[in-house]
Amino acid sequence: MIPVLLITIPLLAGILAFVLKQYSKHLAWLASLATLGVMLYAIMVPHCSCNNAYTAAWLPSLGASFTVGLSGVGTVLCLLTAFTFPLIYLGTSERKYDNESSFFALMLLSQAGLMGVFVAMDGLLFYFFWEIALIPVYFLCSIWGGSKRIAASFKFFIYTFLGSLFMLIALIYLSNQTLGNPSFALQDLYALKLSIKQQGYIFSALFVAFAIKMPIFPLHTWQPAAYNQAPTAVTMVLSAVMVKMGLLGIIRWLIPIVPDATALASKAVMVFSIIGIIYASLIAMKQDNLKKLVAYSSIAHMGLMCAALFTQNNLGVQGAVGQMFHHGINILGLWIVLDIIERKTGIKHMSALGGLAKVAPNLAIYLTIIALANIALPLTNAFVGEFLMLSALYQYNIWMAAAAGVAVILSAVYTLSMIQKVFYGSTNVITTTVSDISLNEKATLIIIILFILIMGIYSTPMYHIMNTDASLTLITKP
Amino acid sequence: MNNSFLILIPLLPFIGFLINGIFRNQLSKGAVSILACGSLLVSFVLSIIYFTQVQQGATISVHYFDFIDVSNLYIPFAFTLDALSALFLLIITGVGFLIHVYSTSYMHNEAAPHYARYFAYLNLFIFSMLLLVLGSNYVILFIGWEGVGLCSYLLIGYWYTNTSYTAAARKAFVMNRIGDLAFLIALFWLFNSTGTLTFTQLFNADVLARLTAADVTGITLLLFVGATGKSAQLPLYTWLPDAMAGPTPVSALIHAATMVTAGIYMIVRSSALYTAPGSAITNEVITYIGLATAVIAASIAVQQNDIKKVLAYSTVSQLGFMFIALGTGAYTAAVFHVMTHAFFKALLFLGSGSVIHAMGGEQDITKMGGLRKAMPITYITFLIGCIAIAGIPPLSGFFSKDAILLSAFMHNKVLYAIAIFAALLTAYYMFRLLFLTFNGAFRGTQHQREHLHESPTAITVPLIILAILAVIAGFAGIPEVIAHGYNKLDAFLLQANITNKVHEAISHTTEYTLMALSTVLVLIAIAVAYVLNKQVKTTANTGLAKVLEHKWYVDELYQKIIISPIQALASFFAKIIEKLGIDGAVNGVGKMVQASSRQLRLLQSGQIGIYLILMVLGLIFSVMMGIYKFVF
Repeated sequence: MIPVLLITIPLLAGILAFVLKQYSKHLAWLASLATLGVMLYAIMVPHCSCNNAYTAAWLPSLGASFTVGLSGVGTVLCLLTAFTFPLIYLGTSERKYDNESSFFALMLLSQAGLMGVFVAMDGLLFYFFWEIALIPVYFLCSIWGGSKRIAASFKFFIYTFLGSLFMLIALIYLSNQTLGNPSFALQDLYALKLSIKQQGYIFSALFVAFAIKMPIFPLHTWQPAAYNQAPTAVTMVLSAVMVKMGLLGIIRWLIPIVPDATALASKAVMVFSIIGIIYASLIAMKQDNLKKLVAYSSIAHMGLMCAALFTQNNLGVQGAVGQMFHHGINILGLWIVLDIIERKTGIKHMSALGGLAKVAPNLAIYLTIIALANIALPLTNAFVGEFLMLSALYQYNIWMAAAAGVAVILSAVYTLSMIQKVFYGSTNVITTTVSDISLNEKATLIIIILFILIMGIYSTPMYHIMNTDASLTLITKP
Repeated sequence: MNNSFLILIPLLPFIGFLINGIFRNQLSKGAVSILACGSLLVSFVLSIIYFTQVQQGATISVHYFDFIDVSNLYIPFAFTLDALSALFLLIITGVGFLIHVYSTSYMHNEAAPHYARYFAYLNLFIFSMLLLVLGSNYVILFIGWEGVGLCSYLLIGYWYTNTSYTAAARKAFVMNRIGDLAFLIALFWLFNSTGTLTFTQLFNADVLARLTAADVTGITLLLFVGATGKSAQLPLYTWLPDAMAGPTPVSALIHAATMVTAGIYMIVRSSALYTAPGSAITNEVITYIGLATAVIAASIAVQQNDIKKVLAYSTVSQLGFMFIALGTGAYTAAVFHVMTHAFFKALLFLGSGSVIHAMGGEQDITKMGGLRKAMPITYITFLIGCIAIAGIPPLSGFFSKDAILLSAFMHNKVLYAIAIFAALLTAYYMFRLLFLTFNGAFRGTQHQREHLHESPTAITVPLIILAILAVIAGFAGIPEVIAHGYNKLDAFLLQANITNKVHEAISHTTEYTLMALSTVLVLIAIAVAYVLNKQVKTTANTGLAKVLEHKWYVDELYQKIIISPIQALASFFAKIIEKLGIDGAVNGVGKMVQASSRQLRLLQSGQIGIYLILMVLGLIFSVMMGIYKFVF
């Protein structure tokens, strides 16, 4: 029952918010906390029968059914989603929106879509939720975004929509290859025996959809524009959770279905990913716009996760899954801090800031800790993940590990220079007037920092959650 | 004593860090000092107790929890206390405690929240350093390793409103990270070849036998690159002199006495790897990098006028000596020099802080002079520090440096000759510093002259204690030739399986001759320093002196050949490839088609959207086909 609840709670709350046209903020709060409660119950009581997969007839003529279930990677990502939404509401509680009811209704719908993507065990259902998650975000960007929102959200939509089109074609093709009647069921797709030529086409089509989502170089240019123009709450959804859809796609819907093609393509994918890591890190060094800096930094991080997945080495895959969670938490923290800065000063560019540590010391401390997690300092959450991923890359090829490791140095360069430009030095006319943070913001950031430290010191339990995933065992080579 | 108290040694400073950090706005300065110094004092006492246990032959291992347990990678969070780590515990907590006490006076002008922040950072540093030496495997060591780098970053940039200080902090962190990447890759290599990163499992013959000679060469070289970052060796040493931007006690603690010795500790800890077949090349590299660093840094120190810069380059140079010891297989000599250097270099830095304090923040020795009379305690202790570092018997520096020089002599005579030259430069620049600061006439302003004073007890007492240690510490390692069986340090470290490379014996006459030779030469160097530095040179430097004054232009060189090209590449990516290339193809072509089609009226819609769709489609399609063609 739990996988169903994870989707229906935000979905119903979202519809209700549309209908009622008021109390939508309360509904969003309530629904997101309820989802979190359900999710925590699922984690605390792992052997509860309520965690079992749920199946219902949906479109039998097409071979599609409503099959949802919680397992390993999906669990980790559902947990991330469940934590992310309340934290977003808390962290951006000072923001006011026009037409508030629609805003929160759309946020709720996107949460339902995301949960659906992470629990779907049927190909068509997966595609369906994939689009459900995308469309509210598109509207959120284009209605509540910045001054160049139309162009940015249009570009975002085109990229992701076209990508998912290829995915749909591939999934339909796959469903027709199953024995007997067409079927979209995950285990039927896993049982497929495709020729290498078929696998090649399927791999290309699916990989492009997932690569756009993450995004992987050179399909990434929608991202900095979208992050920069979307309202912060939406940027948070996009970067903390939505980009992980691509990685989940690779783990659950790509490698196990076309293993032979993956074996042939993995080297090329890893090379592309690693080029992307260095490329994005170097560009991040040149950004003055804070949001774009975080966007490029995120592209670099996602590139490492993608490369680690394709090592198909147990360490790398588990490291990447762990990192999906940690990256989500850390980037959430970064956006909250940047949003506070932007709201207090009206400035998006680092060069116009400076000296904030003097007037807002708490903010400076929190951002520093989050930034250190962003560069994977030991005892912060990202360290173990990065250690595992780089270790797996090393086992694949020492030079790949070294090249990806260059990001270890470059991330320190751009992250520390961000701290230096924003917080250090002397204050200017605008920054002297800034006050330190409010209680809500403080609470959000402290929660995030507790995540960073606790997961950084003792992350073993989370890695044990993943071990239950069937897809994970399929994609790792002995 | 029960093993369960071992955790308290790092935990107490960590608690001090938490309380001082979180309640920095509430606590008074007195409470902050008591908490910071008190927690460390207890750690120090515990360290002494555990030291005595280790002395009786105990090795203590405690497992706390599983830090990483994924697939076949198992990294416990565990501590191992043996002779090597016990010795480092004493140095870190002992010298650390003295520097904490000193800081209570040195930093008394800071506002209370910043005062608390300063001590929180210091305590965090001690915690990280203790983790580094107590860790039972390379990953825990690495946590401490990065932790000290972080604290160094925080403390160099402590006065964060000064942009050049924060830039120095960033430089230190980034340079350390370059080394850290090599360190990490070494760990992956080690794990991949042996299946473990725990010291006790790793350093036994069966497991080491899994490594080929090429593995050993690669791993030891990469670990050494890691050490060059942390321990400021060529080519990654330039962060250390810039690190002098931090408060002076920090320079004493982090950038002289402890953190920079982390690289030495790590290599001594890994001595089983550095003596395995295949390590010969690495040892040659270490020896000559150490030698080059010792000479180059010493030569720069000769022409510096900033009191802290001289001491900073001196530290780099002394670390070079320690690496010569490591490269020639004299591990105990390296540890010996770490210990004596911790005492006399902390003494010298704290002495310089006392001077800077009295001079109202002035650091230029050409504007000092004659401070001897106003600051007798600072002067005498500083003099002791200078004699110790110069290597005049029977002070501590003589014994530890002699052990290194002897090892160099047995390795290669030319190496020995150049190392002696660096030692002479050391004596020269240290006594130049001493004479310019404390002798002759006062060259400061009238205002400074009126304010000259001896420092308060919280400063002078640590100076006196360190001076005593700088005098006597050498007796822990009296060479065999002088008194048979009195090298307590070698015997102690043997318990941790740290043994030196065995050379063919040399005669006692040769050994005594070498000692006498180095002593006489050092005395001559001091005399030269006295004669040449009676007056401050007023003319601008030319030729070699100018090159030395500008530190061999190494920073400028790095800027030209490394930083600028990377920046240029980054700009090229950001401005050309990204804007005009990838994104430009998507946006620009759409616009272009639109513009030309308006004339031709081939497409009536003229909407940019259609072209955008087409272009993205095209891009996606070409990537897809690219992957397909490339792979299948």
